[in-house]
Amino acid sequence: MKRTPLYDEHVRLHARMVEYAGYEMPLQYTSIKEEHHAVRNRAGVFDVSHMGEIHIQGSEATDLLDHIFTNRVRAMTAQEIQYGFLTNEKGGVVDDLLVYKVNDEFYLLVVNAANKDKDFAWIKEKNNFDATVIDKTDSYAEIALQGPKAEEILQTYTETDLSAIRFFTFAEFEIADKSFLVSRTGYTGEDGFEIYGENDDVKMLFSRLLAENEKLLPAGLGCRDTLRFEAGLPLYGHEIDADITPLEAGYGFAVDLRKERFLGQDVLIRQKEAGLQRKVVGLELLDKGILREGYDVYHEDERIGRTLSGYLSPTLEKPLATAIVPMKNAKKGTIVTVKVRKRMLQARVRNKMFYRRKKS
Amino acid sequence: MKTPKDLRYTKTHEWVRVEDGHAYIGITDYAQDQLGEIVFIELPEESDDLEKGEEFAAIESVKAASDVMAPVSGVVTAVNEALEDSPELLNEDPYENWIVKVELEDESELEGLMSAEEYENMSKE
Repeated sequence: MKRTPLYDEHVRLHARMVEYAGYEMPLQYTSIKEEHHAVRNRAGVFDVSHMGEIHIQGSEATDLLDHIFTNRVRAMTAQEIQYGFLTNEKGGVVDDLLVYKVNDEFYLLVVNAANKDKDFAWIKEKNNFDATVIDKTDSYAEIALQGPKAEEILQTYTETDLSAIRFFTFAEFEIADKSFLVSRTGYTGEDGFEIYGENDDVKMLFSRLLAENEKLLPAGLGCRDTLRFEAGLPLYGHEIDADITPLEAGYGFAVDLRKERFLGQDVLIRQKEAGLQRKVVGLELLDKGILREGYDVYHEDERIGRTLSGYLSPTLEKPLATAIVPMKNAKKGTIVTVKVRKRMLQARVRNKMFYRRKKS
Repeated sequence: MKTPKDLRYTKTHEWVRVEDGHAYIGITDYAQDQLGEIVFIELPEESDDLEKGEEFAAIESVKAASDVMAPVSGVVTAVNEALEDSPELLNEDPYENWIVKVELEDESELEGLMSAEEYENMSKE
């Protein structure tokens, strides 16, 4: 099993370690709930060094990306980031990812750890352009500093004005006298930064941030999932996968159907023109219990779909889930039944973006 | 990790305490620690039949749902209803807070269960 450069820090902090995507990662340090609330109310710092990093470089780097990626790569300016998908020929999702534009001939792709090898092979296979595709995963360490206090905390370590880094942009500058690439992005529904750098530098920053900021907690993969779930952010293999298209999942904003052709685009255009047949929705359980992934969903005794993720939401304190159901049952307020082990429980359809932070 | 000497244990981390032909069943300290914060428990009902090795309750932590397996067979004569409103009691004191009490169907089933020492050795591995 692989270890990230922060492994020793996790052990020192008495994290409970679990296997995730071939890495030994911290599930939690104290408790999932406590870390979850720390990120929502103050700040938390995550080791996300397991994420995959892929460089695309060359005179036709933009053309290659435009061909495989659903969003409007050609509209990007340097230092901008876009969220979007690699789609297969059927319009299903190979992976969701962030694209960082360094310049017209250099892009950084940040992909899911579990999909990295598949993505790398996929992109290389589709590369009929003057571009080079390089797996740089082992050259990057990465931490995510997330929460309403993230900017205030990080600002004390750098001369660079962090308020100038807008949402979904990045810059390279010094923090605590070392060089980092810093983006205003995250996977929690809160403000915050994702910080990339050399292994030793990221390790130094992680331990200094924790040692010098009493209100900052180390946060593990456990709360990373509850936070993203509440904020309506998808996890590959749950709300999106090879069989659920980005349109069905409700992320059409990251799919440009009008641009010059990308893989799977024709299928997605037809899907949109014909009208979606099914959709990912949120469910709120009305009976006592908790929803998890993989439960069958019924409407008037007919099985109509299944749940994709589910938790007792730490912020809303309600049992919530995402589920894929036919369009005709996807209307907010629709009452459905979910089979939880042997029991049939009532749930109500609602927007899957369960939590939205108040803009300051 | 606490493992009281007077209880019997299963590989699936339940404990059994026998009193006058009845068995109290709960989950071990190791189990509650591995599960993390317990937020909900789905309990059986009085007079339900438990069958050794089959699940009879479900414990939900923040992270996931886990089945609780019956260490012995028998009819449920009492359910610890305090757990319905306060499932965290299982984290606080897993040995004081039993889940169900059953009337033993076959006392010889107890012989297949582990001693505290055997259970501790297994959990260490």
